[in-house]
Amino acid sequence: MNELTNTSALELLTFRVADQEYSLDIMSVREIRGWTRTTPMPHAPDYMRGVINLRGTVLPVMDLARRLNLGARETTDRNVIIVVKLGDTLTGLLVDAVSDIVAMTEDDLQPPPDLASDPQMSVVRALTVIDERLVRVLDLASVVPSLTEDAA
Amino acid sequence: MTDTNDPMAEIRASFFIECEELLEALQDGLQQLEDGADDPETINVVFRAVHSIKGGAGAFGLEPLVRFAHRYETVLDEVRAGRLHADAEAQKVFFQAADHLSDLVRTCRDGSDIDEAAGEALVDALNAFLGDEEEEEVTAEDFQPLRVSFDLDLPAVEESGSAPTFRVVFRPGQELFATGNEPQKLLRNLAALGATDITCDTSTLPRLQELAPETPYFTWTAIVDAEIDEAEIRAVFEFVEGLCDLEITRTDTSNAPDIDLPPLPDPQPEAVPEQSGAEDPPENAADPETPVPVAPAPAEPSRKQTPTAASSGAKSIVRVDLERIERLVNLVGELVINQAMLAQSLDQAGLSPHSDAMNGLEEFQRLTRDIQDSVMMIRAQPVKSLFQRMSRIVREASAAVRKDVRLIAEGEATEVDKTVIERLADPLTHMIRNAVDHGLEQTENRIATNKNPVGEIRLTAAHRSGRVFIEVADDGAGINRPRVLSIAKSKGLISQDAVLSDGEIDNLLFLPGFSTASEISDLSGRGVGMDVVKTSIQQLGGRITIQSEKGKGTKFSISLPLTLAVLDGMVINVAGETLVLPLNVVVETLSVGPDDVQMLRPGAYVVRVRGGFVPLYDLGVMLGYRSPRESQDGAIVLLISLEDGARAALVIDGIQDQRQVVIKGLDDSFYRAPGIAAATILGDGRIALILDPADIIAASGQTPMPDIAQMESLIANE
Repeated sequence: MNELTNTSALELLTFRVADQEYSLDIMSVREIRGWTRTTPMPHAPDYMRGVINLRGTVLPVMDLARRLNLGARETTDRNVIIVVKLGDTLTGLLVDAVSDIVAMTEDDLQPPPDLASDPQMSVVRALTVIDERLVRVLDLASVVPSLTEDAA
Repeated sequence: MTDTNDPMAEIRASFFIECEELLEALQDGLQQLEDGADDPETINVVFRAVHSIKGGAGAFGLEPLVRFAHRYETVLDEVRAGRLHADAEAQKVFFQAADHLSDLVRTCRDGSDIDEAAGEALVDALNAFLGDEEEEEVTAEDFQPLRVSFDLDLPAVEESGSAPTFRVVFRPGQELFATGNEPQKLLRNLAALGATDITCDTSTLPRLQELAPETPYFTWTAIVDAEIDEAEIRAVFEFVEGLCDLEITRTDTSNAPDIDLPPLPDPQPEAVPEQSGAEDPPENAADPETPVPVAPAPAEPSRKQTPTAASSGAKSIVRVDLERIERLVNLVGELVINQAMLAQSLDQAGLSPHSDAMNGLEEFQRLTRDIQDSVMMIRAQPVKSLFQRMSRIVREASAAVRKDVRLIAEGEATEVDKTVIERLADPLTHMIRNAVDHGLEQTENRIATNKNPVGEIRLTAAHRSGRVFIEVADDGAGINRPRVLSIAKSKGLISQDAVLSDGEIDNLLFLPGFSTASEISDLSGRGVGMDVVKTSIQQLGGRITIQSEKGKGTKFSISLPLTLAVLDGMVINVAGETLVLPLNVVVETLSVGPDDVQMLRPGAYVVRVRGGFVPLYDLGVMLGYRSPRESQDGAIVLLISLEDGARAALVIDGIQDQRQVVIKGLDDSFYRAPGIAAATILGDGRIALILDPADIIAASGQTPMPDIAQMESLIANE
């Protein structure tokens, strides 16, 4: 909504997943909430952690570490769920911790090296460097809708 | 709801909504005619409905709709004028025309194609009533001026020099203002009748300090010079009759021409300055009392009119976007959950049951339940629209098989959740067609058995013990049980030597692949039969049963929950998870001993239930929550009844509770697990999944080993 001045300006929410730094465009983030126990969905893909009650609606929660093939990890109370909105659908992403909100412009982003064959890289839209650390910018559309493809 | 900002689209949409209502009124009216109502008002209602549809259609340029409606209306007008008698034959055509009209409305709305041939045939049939004298081709000009029609039938102003002249003296009484009438409006209406000269007598106006603001002081004298009769002038003052002094005198025509010379193009200026000049007070003073001067008028005449279809059908209705109601339903659902959570935490806090907090909570619980019920009632709709559709099905079906059938609908006002009504249409259509096709005998057979040659199908709806009951009963020959039995045997649905009770034979009709019609007729019997009906009813959380008496008829009874938003569920534990099973599938609960479970082959078990064998499924395994257990010894087993009438046994760990749960739809956009119908939120705020047992068993890929129907007959044999 804050696209008045520079269309290429953007803010990234950075977070940690399996000791790696990732980020998402903050405009797609609806809220961040603490970990609550999920109700597992039977026969769901292993990265689907189940569903939780988000103020009366059923919110599916995805384990981002497993989704990105970063291996299964112990889930503790310190984990957080980032609620993202893609189209009309809300999805929860389970991550280790939320780090920061960083303002930058599109120019600061670099396209990822051409590793199209690597399925893990296809969900990374761009790379950037924040405080000398490499941060991957996730392409939400390719992280989330693959759920329905799997189900189909 | 519409995405487009096109105002036309919105108006168009509201026109079609209005059409639905008009068509309903039309059906109602025709039904009343059929039932013998012969008062002019009923015919008027029918006429007006068609006329309004035509008018609206003309405004939107919906050519085919206009053309047909015009033809229809012309015939109805003949009836209205008493030139044509609406006998049974005519009524039949009227019904068909109404059906076609609703088809046309639908095709115009959806932009789909129209069955021209059927329309042509009907137009011919309608023309037949008119005879030769009215064969004029309908053109666009014909109806254009009628676009906005108020049924006032004000005559056009006749320009004639030799018109009679009336002198109207109008003196408002004390109550005139109090009832919200406005002299200005009346006079304007009077002026609309023709050349009018209005003067105001202000002589009785007191001095300002003596002036009572609510008292009318003026007398108006109007000279009306138009070719009208006294009754028409009286009609203008109809609503204020008794509230004013009204003198109407006919003056000699000879002195009229002088007055009539300046025809008043807009008579209002004549009247207004008189009122708004010195004598503002009475007008304006009355205003605060009667802020809506337009509204009271309709309330008045209803007293005089005879109670007719038009006035009895008028109900105050608010049109609300369904989305808003959904939102309200959701919010109330949340409130219910929230209240359950609060109750749980107060309980855990160890408060005394007599404490204020607990008392307050009880009140809160009662209120939430009331709110929930009321909100559910908003979604509820009378089944009338559904039943009207069924009367059409009966007409079409009976014509196809050449049987005389009368549909008697009862309890049309019974209210059911909107979604239930929508999803009930298909199964009900099927049942009605079945009743016409298979249920009722051919006319000659009926005559042979001394029955009324006209078959009767009774469609009833009623509320009973928190559920809705819908019954379809015919007075046909009843189920031919020996034939049903032999068909079931020949199709291998039951074993050859099975001995079944009457009730069990009747229930064979619900088996998939059963169809009694020996040859496939146009109407029903396409291989999809009552099993489809049963499945759709069960998907709505309902049950269907048959009662049949030889020679007397067959009755199908459907029992449905009032709403799809809450469900009676059994809350169970499986492998540490809490799940909800719809209570209507659970037949009984058992605990099994060591000898009860038998292995059929590795991984496939059956459990003995009173001598019969029922396939056994471990719910925890089937949902992937745990690996198979060594022994089912001491497990709790739920015996459930599946949609095809078969039974299955589910192994669970424990039963928590039986309660109403609020259904939360699972978004289709994320992973949809087989066997999971929906979700609900428990008192502790956690989500529990609502299971669809038939789906779980189907999805498990583990085909129930022997034919389930055979197992059933085994049980039945015991």
